[in-house]
Amino acid sequence: MKFGVLRFPGSCDEVDALLAAGRVGEAELLWHRDRDLKGADAIVVPGGFSYGDYLRAGAIARFSPVMESVIAFAREGGPVLGICNGFQVLCEAGLLPGALLPNMSLRFTFRQVQLDVLQPDTAFTSACAGEQLSIPAKHSWGRYYADATTLTRMQENGQVVLRYASGQNFNGSVQDIAGVRNERGNVFGLMPHPEHAVDELTGSADGLCVFESMRTAVEAARV
Amino acid sequence: MRARVLIRPKAGILDPQGEAVMRALPALGFEGVSEVHVGRMVELTVNDESQVQPMCEKLLANPLVEDYEIVIDR
Repeated sequence: MKFGVLRFPGSCDEVDALLAAGRVGEAELLWHRDRDLKGADAIVVPGGFSYGDYLRAGAIARFSPVMESVIAFAREGGPVLGICNGFQVLCEAGLLPGALLPNMSLRFTFRQVQLDVLQPDTAFTSACAGEQLSIPAKHSWGRYYADATTLTRMQENGQVVLRYASGQNFNGSVQDIAGVRNERGNVFGLMPHPEHAVDELTGSADGLCVFESMRTAVEAARV
Repeated sequence: MRARVLIRPKAGILDPQGEAVMRALPALGFEGVSEVHVGRMVELTVNDESQVQPMCEKLLANPLVEDYEIVIDR
């Protein structure tokens, strides 16, 4: 299977995402001006500061040519993972519910966080053994917000996939939410960075299971 | 004509920038301030003022979390 990893001007985590995806399948970078997804079976929208994050994080990237194709791909049921800035882009694009706001501290914060996996059966978490993941997070706009009605609907549909473990919610996200999926289950976004946690050498390999889960889902859909 | 779009956090959404400013004011001797919200202003020169609202909905504001107000200078 093949991952397509987007690259916007201002992306900075696309190479790590490419390397992480490359550990479980083929992986190729897709430039923001290209509409061709080059036969990718799954898309990764990476972290960074797309288009300088001018106006609001993700607001301009969401209208890029490649995102038009990604939106169409997602509407057809293709798996799409958004990490950090990628999560912001997917929320801005309306592919995921809610929005990301500045951290309550108003500071860029970088730390290893423990995450509770609330939904272990999704296309993005099925390979994650255990109930917690240890993954780094680094952002200044990571406070997840959705209104009460939306949150209730998300709870009912099992769309809250990851929560910051007790005491780990450093950005002020509502209900400690760290990662959410869409109703259909083919689009997933999270603020922490699984692509930076794919080798014990850098402290944790817990993030690899997100990419492995995606491969499993793509291969299962082919049968 | 010139249009100004005033964008601010929706009521009920915590606004840490506003809170930080509100905490700073009494320290400078400004008492009696009970609410501060920090937003942003987008100033545009446009030919067709009817386009400004769709611009706000699509790009300039995120209506999920922000309120906006359009002021047209004639």
